[in-house]
Amino acid sequence: MSGPLLAVHDLRKAYGALQVTNGVSFTVQEGQLHAIIGPNGAGKTTLVAQLSGQLRPDAGRVEYAGQDVTRLDMPARVGRGLARSFQITTLLPGMTALDNVALAVQARAGSSFRFFRPAASDRAITAEAMDALSEVGLDDRAYRLAGALSHGERRQLELAVALATRPRLLLLDEPLAGTAGEEAERLIALIGRMKRRLTMVLIEHDMTAVFALADWISVLVYGEIIAGGTPAQVRANPKVRAAYLGEDAA
Amino acid sequence: MSVLSSLQRRPEPSLQAAFALFALMALLPPVVVSLGDPFLIVVGTRMLVFAIAALSLDLILGYGALVSFGHAAYLGLGAYAVGVMMRWGIDDLILQILAALAVALPFAAVTGAISLRTRGIYFIMITLAFGQMAYFFFVSLSSLGGDDGMALDHRSTLLGAPVMASDAGLYYTTLVVLILTFVGLWTVTRSRFGRVLVGTRESALRMQAIGFRPLPYQLAAYLISAGTCAVAGVFLANQALYVSPAYMSWQRSGELIVMVILGGIGNLAGAIAGALVTIGLEEGLARFSDHWRLGFGLILVLVVLYSPGGVTGLIRRLTGRTGA
Repeated sequence: MSGPLLAVHDLRKAYGALQVTNGVSFTVQEGQLHAIIGPNGAGKTTLVAQLSGQLRPDAGRVEYAGQDVTRLDMPARVGRGLARSFQITTLLPGMTALDNVALAVQARAGSSFRFFRPAASDRAITAEAMDALSEVGLDDRAYRLAGALSHGERRQLELAVALATRPRLLLLDEPLAGTAGEEAERLIALIGRMKRRLTMVLIEHDMTAVFALADWISVLVYGEIIAGGTPAQVRANPKVRAAYLGEDAA
Repeated sequence: MSVLSSLQRRPEPSLQAAFALFALMALLPPVVVSLGDPFLIVVGTRMLVFAIAALSLDLILGYGALVSFGHAAYLGLGAYAVGVMMRWGIDDLILQILAALAVALPFAAVTGAISLRTRGIYFIMITLAFGQMAYFFFVSLSSLGGDDGMALDHRSTLLGAPVMASDAGLYYTTLVVLILTFVGLWTVTRSRFGRVLVGTRESALRMQAIGFRPLPYQLAAYLISAGTCAVAGVFLANQALYVSPAYMSWQRSGELIVMVILGGIGNLAGAIAGALVTIGLEEGLARFSDHWRLGFGLILVLVVLYSPGGVTGLIRRLTGRTGA
């Protein structure tokens, strides 16, 4: 396949008079890590919601793996390998870390209308869930309730759950949100390792992370992409410096 | 919903606790007969019937966070199935149970499919509305006795044998059905299906983001719950030898919710304990005063305030077992 894995065409979304997504177009090549940066209120999370199928755009098209998926809902897109993580940790707090991941494995491992056999005795699912947990470094927390994990651990679990859906394209909505120092470094290293295996769209505020990880950066301001390029090009772009990086440094 | 969400996160129900309860309940008839108070067998049967109903509600309320405020409708539909079958001269328990399911499941499928499109307080209100519709339908159905209901002159038989003719026979038959219900639901809550249901309780958004559409699972749980509650209704009709719309009233639905909360939500052993304690308090307090509901309300307030895990949560704390 020679086309891009993800192609977004003239996506538009308004809340009343406020145009939150204003004609956004970009493409993501297979294997690429495409970062989207922008100041607060630029419409980044709304954009992820439309790419993942959580939100229907007013106009425009989302093509994934050569197919128009604009009208597909979130479960249908996940089934095709287009998964996401959440900026605000969205886990199943009353279930163990292992069950959080096991459910993501179970979702693509046959029917879940099975009423009798204990789910915990399904070794294949449990083993795969444990693999995902150890990949993010949470294997020793497998039997803790997700709601009892530390903030950084919950960010790791969020990634483990996303990985367990076996995505081909993963949308990461601020995976570092609320972390700092060692926690953040661990997550950056983890995303760096994931880079070899899957295509990612990364929404992130942490510029160190973005410039370390991204192959391509799009800059979103007031719902429009005002610039795009390699990290070096974006860093040198005066428009970007004015709209975003300058603000950040001030 | 904040009380609910804090109540939901109980550790797994304990099989031992449930089977200890079953063993105690199996001993009840000989004990009360030797104490010279055989009427207590009738009270005991009511406890078992409502334990089945509370179990059915706990599946959707405790494991699915679906607060059905119209669940008594299924209790009533099961009871009316017995009344109508008996009028037709069909006394067999199994056929009556099948009839109860044949009525309750379609009603649950339609009302569930509609109700489950709403969330939270709206789900509570819409299930209440459907429950009241069923109630007023039977109130106005004069061919089945309308408001007065219908009296039954005998109990159901099992494959021609009058196993439930004596009070003790009915008691033990109901106990067997309660145990089967518990084991069945315990298995379901631990299956793949059960894990998905608990997931939808915790976060529908997360479930969608890993590829599940919650509705079919919630509807399946609703059907299982409704069918089980209708079976409880079959035994309620046999216990009371009377069928009336009052079984379907919203107060009765509220009572079922109270049982589940009092016992410990999302904990099947708790639903059973809640039914036993509720019926027990009802009978016990009513002997002291006509205003027993006042005392009952006070106890409920204390439990909700000081032991959010209900009776089973309290026991777990007192015995120092914190669960997983």
